[in-house]
Amino acid sequence: MDQHVFPTRGLSEKDFSEHRVLVEHWALKADYAWDTGVAIGGYLQGLKQGKLLARHCNRCRRTLIPPRMFCEECFCPTDDWVELQNTGWVKTFSLSNVRWDMVRLEQPEMPAVVAIDGASPGMGILHLLGEVEPKAVAIGMRVQAVWKPAAEREGSITDIRYFKPIG
Amino acid sequence: MGMRRVAVVGAGMTKFVRRALETGRELAFEAASKALESCELTLDQVEAVVMGTAPDAFDGVHMKGEWLSDGAGAWGKPYMRGYVGGGTGVFAPAQGWYHVASGLFDICLVVCEEKMSPVQPHPQGAFLTIFDNFTERALGPNLLWIFALEMNAYMQRYGLRKEDIAQVAVKNKRNAADHPASLLGDRTITLKDILDSEVLAWPVQRLDVSPVTDGAVALVLASEAVARRITSKPVWIEGVGWNLDTAYWTDRDLAYPTYVEEAARMAYRMAGITEPHKQIQIAEPYDPFDYKELHHLEGLLLFPKGKAPEATAAGVTQRTGNLPVCPSGGLLGVGNPIAAAGLMKVAELFWQLRGEAGARQVPGDPRRGVAQAWGDLMQVGTVVVMGR
Amino acid sequence: MGILHSLEHPVEAGVWRGSIPLQHRYTAGVAGERFLRGLKEGKIYGTRCARCNYTYVPARLYCERCLSHLGQQAWLEIGLEGEVLSFTEVHIDPAGRPLDKPRWVGLIRLRGASGVLMHNLEGVTQENARVGLAVKAVFRPAKERSGSINDIRHFAPA
Repeated sequence: MDQHVFPTRGLSEKDFSEHRVLVEHWALKADYAWDTGVAIGGYLQGLKQGKLLARHCNRCRRTLIPPRMFCEECFCPTDDWVELQNTGWVKTFSLSNVRWDMVRLEQPEMPAVVAIDGASPGMGILHLLGEVEPKAVAIGMRVQAVWKPAAEREGSITDIRYFKPIG
Repeated sequence: MGMRRVAVVGAGMTKFVRRALETGRELAFEAASKALESCELTLDQVEAVVMGTAPDAFDGVHMKGEWLSDGAGAWGKPYMRGYVGGGTGVFAPAQGWYHVASGLFDICLVVCEEKMSPVQPHPQGAFLTIFDNFTERALGPNLLWIFALEMNAYMQRYGLRKEDIAQVAVKNKRNAADHPASLLGDRTITLKDILDSEVLAWPVQRLDVSPVTDGAVALVLASEAVARRITSKPVWIEGVGWNLDTAYWTDRDLAYPTYVEEAARMAYRMAGITEPHKQIQIAEPYDPFDYKELHHLEGLLLFPKGKAPEATAAGVTQRTGNLPVCPSGGLLGVGNPIAAAGLMKVAELFWQLRGEAGARQVPGDPRRGVAQAWGDLMQVGTVVVMGR
Repeated sequence: MGILHSLEHPVEAGVWRGSIPLQHRYTAGVAGERFLRGLKEGKIYGTRCARCNYTYVPARLYCERCLSHLGQQAWLEIGLEGEVLSFTEVHIDPAGRPLDKPRWVGLIRLRGASGVLMHNLEGVTQENARVGLAVKAVFRPAKERSGSINDIRHFAPA
């Protein structure tokens, strides 16, 4: 089927750096003020107070984190706020050496999905691990949230600095 | 179910390159014109056009679907653009299928295009919005995290080593050496090359990942009566399926793609497939990362959970094996222009089932194949079953 | 029952600020590259589809009406003269702030082209502006040209 492949013209980075092709540059900066909505508004407020909050659906009896005002499985409003614990376990983790633009990090970071105690099984959030050597991390490891001092908390997911191993 | 039979009667594509001189529209034109040429049709015979193309943010243009429409041959025609991230390449032919199966149109052109290279400094930047603006972006994440976290969960669930997974990258990059449009085909690549490559976000290493790519692919779909006039070798779309899991990705079981299984069941039911492993001769699952081929093979119900790696090690998925997987070379070898990659797989099945895949031809007169793609917020499964 | 009815505790629904910074580096494309280099030389090129009898300015790689490839034979030099098919006097900038001096912009059909080109108008006023006004392209001096649509400074009454 070679005859069905068009000989598209590939360029190299040198074609750009040596100005062999014409280019236009455009920088889009789109600024937003997003309404958090009721569920996330409550979640962020809870974080400021040093709490992890979830929403409970009476019909399917799930306790949902991140919280949401409607249950996507039952397709009806959720019923109650539930305060969860500060502890959980590592569902999965990684050790990242690069930034979003592929520039190498000086200090690697450890993103993880952490299941939170008190939520329905497997319900987790994205966060970072800290105070632990990468080699010591294992799926299933029990962890607890390390919070910023109250005065520094802003109502953001980063009000939790990271999760560290318990014991 | 009262739907007409639909066949693929022609296919064309661009070379897959790291950065094309061509604009996105020109890429769409190149693929669309090659597809029409391949079955000797002219544009005025095309009744409708379906376009698949992923984030507008890549090209940095407004209403990218509309912007690409003229290159896709849609001027003055009914036109529809679908977008489910990486799943688009197999979603678009499903949309094309119902345009024709419904009786609305006899000939539909399906075009998938992606030009990722304009985003500076790196196309990953266009993906940052994949993370929740309230609960995730403040952590400074990057796209690789999601794959690394999923890959680790899969490895841990089944006690897999990097070697068990990296063998997929070796197979596909070698297969791609026989694909005339490929970007990263390499006949001599070894397991050691993969395992020695730079660790990006453990367990993901550089050669576990498909490249940023520009490219386009197009197919011509026709109703049965028309298809038989156009070609003596129509390839039927026997089943289509698509399914979406929750966008709350951290709530999901990351070791198993339920959304792929659901989409596969929908497509298999339509195609009358009850034993996929026996009734399908070729599989083209989506392989943007090597572990995803394994993940998806299990979601496609072609291997039991956790068993795809050992089947790969045993050679089952080589071109000469019992169930060839990604004979094209996949995304790992041919390239990954996000929306176009999945359609490259469907085109591969088209060529394979007609015996026109040249050096990539799977032996033994294959009669049925399945193509699958994935993407969106990592939660869409799209599946197409093709047969002769 | 709506969602709000089930709220027990009024919650301070807040606002989260952020931005999506994206930068792009666009290639002009196969046809665009040649068209813009033409502008650098002080020339305006088009491509003509013989089948549809349609001439595209700026030049394009393919005809959108019949999807023919517009190759070497399809390229032609378009003259610098044309007529105004529409015009407007602009008083605000993209952010909505008033301009110091109003700016005139028009759609110009160049002689030989089938469509129109959007560009600046100079020497056009409330008094002489009209559809059909004959205009001519005024290029920047050669050393100021870079292969950009702005290599044409404006169109002025011929």
